[in-house]
Amino acid sequence: MREDSDVFLMGEDIAEMGGSMGVTQGLLDEFGPERVRNTPISEAGIVGAGIGAAMQGMRPVVEIMYEDFLTLSAEQIVNQAAKHRYMSGGQLKVPLTIRTQGGAGWSPGAQHAQQLEAWFVHIPGLKVVFPSTPTDVRGLLWTAIHDDNPVLVFEHRLLYPVKEEVPDELEPIPFGQARTVREGEDVTVIATGPMVHRSVEAAVEAEKNGVSVEIVDPRSLQPLDEEALVASVKKTNRCVVTHEAVTRMGFGAEVASVIQYQAFDWLDAPIERVGAKFAPLAFAPVMEQFIVPNSEDVLAAIYRTVGRDGN
Amino acid sequence: MAKVEAEQTGVSEQRLRDFLREMLLIRRFEEKVEERFRAGELPGFLHVAIGQEAVAVGVCAALEEDDVIASTHRAHGHTLARGTSPNALMAELYGKLEGCSRGYGGSMHLYDVERGNLGANAVVGGGLPAITGAALAFKFRKEPRVALAFFGDGATNIGTFHESLNLAQLWQVPAVFCLENNWWAESTPNKQHSPITDFTQRAVAFGMHSLKVDGQDVEAVHRTASEAIDHARRGDGPVLLVADTYRLVGHYIGDPQVYRPKGEQQELRKTEDPITKLREKLGVSDEDWEQLDAEITQEVEESVEFAKNGTDPQPEDALKNVYA
Ligand SMILES: Cc1ncc(C[n+]2csc(CCOP(=O)(O)OP(=O)(O)O)c2C)c(N)n1
Ligand SMILES: [Mg+2]
Repeated sequence: MREDSDVFLMGEDIAEMGGSMGVTQGLLDEFGPERVRNTPISEAGIVGAGIGAAMQGMRPVVEIMYEDFLTLSAEQIVNQAAKHRYMSGGQLKVPLTIRTQGGAGWSPGAQHAQQLEAWFVHIPGLKVVFPSTPTDVRGLLWTAIHDDNPVLVFEHRLLYPVKEEVPDELEPIPFGQARTVREGEDVTVIATGPMVHRSVEAAVEAEKNGVSVEIVDPRSLQPLDEEALVASVKKTNRCVVTHEAVTRMGFGAEVASVIQYQAFDWLDAPIERVGAKFAPLAFAPVMEQFIVPNSEDVLAAIYRTVGRDGN
Repeated sequence: MAKVEAEQTGVSEQRLRDFLREMLLIRRFEEKVEERFRAGELPGFLHVAIGQEAVAVGVCAALEEDDVIASTHRAHGHTLARGTSPNALMAELYGKLEGCSRGYGGSMHLYDVERGNLGANAVVGGGLPAITGAALAFKFRKEPRVALAFFGDGATNIGTFHESLNLAQLWQVPAVFCLENNWWAESTPNKQHSPITDFTQRAVAFGMHSLKVDGQDVEAVHRTASEAIDHARRGDGPVLLVADTYRLVGHYIGDPQVYRPKGEQQELRKTEDPITKLREKLGVSDEDWEQLDAEITQEVEESVEFAKNGTDPQPEDALKNVYA
């Protein structure tokens, strides 16, 4: 925002309050209410206004407070933002960034914790990223804002407390570049968002039992770094795909398909998928925990691929 | 001490005393919820309606047994006023099977279908279209029932508000849209989210009848809500009922309210507490007050006991109820 006056923010409660998750704290003071625009509760309207401003050369960043409410702006994202470039035969561009957050594990109930990234990966014309660390958020958000296409940035609520040293100099992270979180020999775990961290826990456990686990975080789901994912599986010959979203028809289904097609002859075991069970998110913590995948679920899947029961 | 004239107001003193009891029950219940949340006993995301009790009580008392409501994220008051027991509500907040949503819903998703509560909604504006639809069903079947949606000032900015009111007016269904204007949408004050201050003007756009009332005066709320509900039930069309009220707490439990002018809430607590107002109107003696308060406090304590002794769902129960 300091470098480019075309960048501005819109969203509910992003000004004085600094966003419901505190992400935009301090920005009102520095950039003022014109560029840090508190909006009414109008998800379709603010995304649509972002599209219009973007087509006029601005670089808006719209915050949707919970990704569950992306559904309210879905028309504008899916039918408008994703399509204007194409329908105009390449005349228009929509350099719009939509930031949102979600995720379970704190019992808000069924309308505040869904993981809906797969819906948007399915739409040609959109780019989708899902960072899992502070460094990745920064680098990917930078790229999103500078990209000439509509980009959705998914943040996970439980990852806000994650802390790490970030380089002084901001390093943009190009889209379509996976990150190897951890190297290993026996199994590749392809994980997004919070499952990256849960997979690291699982990998540490597996290591104690002599199973060496490689973890790859695609970071950008669209475009997808197929090459890196396939290369890792060709090395380990086994694969677990995991995300917090519902397993069925989730992003992992696409990844599994990519792997089986491009690394079929290298696979020594069926690809395992770990995600949420097929139910809305229940309120009662015991039921919520049952639905949402955890590190033990990843560990069990790792052991299944190597034909071990973990004992 | 003021004696309330039944003829003048249409609300008997006994009825007002009942309202006082209900409002105080909601207040003490929500204070207990805050306390138990801070003690780490309650999971999830909670919003209390301290300051807005007169709207819930006055409006719900004007409904008939067969009428239905839809509520919001700030739903405890509506739910209790609609007749759900403190036990069933507290059990829900503790995630127990005895809860009014069987532990599946939580604070923002309180249901009690037997008592005509079609659900609290965590999506702002989420409940309005179905209230138009429920009213349409009543009209189809010629049932003398009314469907009523509670929602906040912030909800007037979302598409479903406009679409639902338009449809309801177009189809002349027996719906009442009860707007609780507490002047804030989370951290956003009205002047930052609405170009108009008088929300009854929203009804003008649809040619809809509208009424406005002081939401801190339970008697006025009850009278005006009765008028709105009767209007709808008679077949004269839907009504937008605007109740001006105050949120005497943060948006959610734990909200530091950095955005709120210092002292505003404390000042409003002194001048705009609907329970104090009613107590003064009725001239309730200290002795009677203390007795009432003690009874209610006891009832709320018991609801916590009931909830804690409730049944935890089995993890696998999570897979039930996904489909009918
Ligand atoms: C569609 C949608 N957008 C945003 C939110 C987040 N949110 C929850 S309550 C709220 C403010 C609602 O204000 P209002 O309708 O006035 O009700 P109040 O909280 O004042 O009772 C917001 C922005 C939401 N729940 N749903
Ligand atoms: Mg409000």
